[in-house]
Amino acid sequence: MIELGIVIRNVSKTFCSAEGDRTSTEVFSDINLEIGHGEFVTLLGPSGCGKSTLLNITAGLEEATEGSVTVDGRLVQGPGADRGVVFQEAALMPWLSVRGNVLFAVKKKLSAEEAGRRADHYLKMVHLSRFADAYPHELSGGMKQRTAIARALAMDPAILLMDEPFGALDEQTRTLLHRQLLEIWKQTEKTIVFVTHNIRESLLLSDRIVLMGARPGGIREVISVELGHPRNPLDKEFAALERRILDLLSDEISKVAKEEYGDAFAD
Amino acid sequence: MPLLIKRLLFFAALFVLWESVYHLNLVYSFWSPTLFPSPSGAVSQLYIGFFETGILRVAFSESMGRIFTGFILAVLIGGALGITLAVSRLADETLGSLVIALQPVPSIVWLPIALMMFQGGSSAILFVVVLGGTWAMTLNMRMGIKNVQPLLIRAARTMDYKGAELIWKVMIPASVPAALTGARLAWAFGWRALMAAELIGRGGLGRTLMDARDFYNMDLVVAIMFIISAVGLAVEYLFFSRVERKVLRRWGLQEKGSGR
Repeated sequence: MIELGIVIRNVSKTFCSAEGDRTSTEVFSDINLEIGHGEFVTLLGPSGCGKSTLLNITAGLEEATEGSVTVDGRLVQGPGADRGVVFQEAALMPWLSVRGNVLFAVKKKLSAEEAGRRADHYLKMVHLSRFADAYPHELSGGMKQRTAIARALAMDPAILLMDEPFGALDEQTRTLLHRQLLEIWKQTEKTIVFVTHNIRESLLLSDRIVLMGARPGGIREVISVELGHPRNPLDKEFAALERRILDLLSDEISKVAKEEYGDAFAD
Repeated sequence: MPLLIKRLLFFAALFVLWESVYHLNLVYSFWSPTLFPSPSGAVSQLYIGFFETGILRVAFSESMGRIFTGFILAVLIGGALGITLAVSRLADETLGSLVIALQPVPSIVWLPIALMMFQGGSSAILFVVVLGGTWAMTLNMRMGIKNVQPLLIRAARTMDYKGAELIWKVMIPASVPAALTGARLAWAFGWRALMAAELIGRGGLGRTLMDARDFYNMDLVVAIMFIISAVGLAVEYLFFSRVERKVLRRWGLQEKGSGR
């Protein structure tokens, strides 16, 4: 039977520090997770828990030490246009205009005419039509990130993998982009996997929150967020969930701090 | 005082000083007057050479033709070599060390071999010019490709770019700033190598300079030196600096408004 969506099976990741060096660091081991079509899932956790590594393995940019990731039954063996990726930095090609950057993603597979139509469509979706001819160095951080999102969407992937995409933006821009991302998600019905260390961000956006911890790395808990959009942080249920995640995370944080600072860190 | 005015005044003063020494020398002859050039004489030689006899016009266009061809070849060969060294470890470890070994050899040193190989003449000079620029281009291109932001490559890989396409569509455009530095150096080394080679070889400004010396026409010698300097300045500062500033800004390597 073909399993639909993203299926992460017994995935472990160990980094070897150097060639021939026997000391190695285990990021996480034995991770199991299933993400259905059209779902919006966030991977939430403190730094060092391997949430970005897990995303990169799903993207095919890194290899799992053990286990496998399948997308609609197909084994992930490398990056592919069926999984669009948005990084924390926009990673735009500086020599291409905004439109050129979006075209860059699609002109390999589509006719020039169709690629152009696609680019214009998604630039409109991220509200960047007016800046189609601008170059990345002329854009603000939020605009760069919107271009990166349009570029990922233009390939029309079933899955959008986002690695702290709004982490480097200011609060207002981030709020605006949250709203836009939810609109895009509703319009396109993509599966979105979103990495963040921001509790509120994960609660505002996702259907499910996968809470990850460090040392040993792994999934601590999976929390369903059954709230309608738009969500209000002042809402009672929202606040209760936030409280609960904060409690779970503060255990993780103090654990990491103890290891890093030794006994000097007392709780 | 604006910079331009300061400079103009400085050069005017230099001109006047030199001209007065020249005239004093005509009277007191503490140096053979035929061997002492004057700036006004040099300027008039420029005029005569370009608009009356035409010797400077011919020599100038010959030198420009050579540097242009030599520069293009150096950029193409050096660029291709640099890309090869950057993407192939084997090439880098073998051919790369040869490039590093050859790079400190002033290219004029190749002239005797080149004259033998090419039976003298223009090709030998061109060979020296190409060698003068190639290594700088090679090493800069190699660095450029090696220093492409890994994130750009990762992003391109998620869009199904791989292999040669990745090199052609991402790595080469991303290293344009480094390639430009290489090209600028290739031009500068090539121009200097050309002048050296022409002093010994045939044709062009360098040869005309030696001929002028043989006829004790020191004004013409100085006039040619003016041209050599002016061409160098024009290309290095007017052309390369401008292009470089534009490229650096677009490639996001220079803050807005912090131009030199």
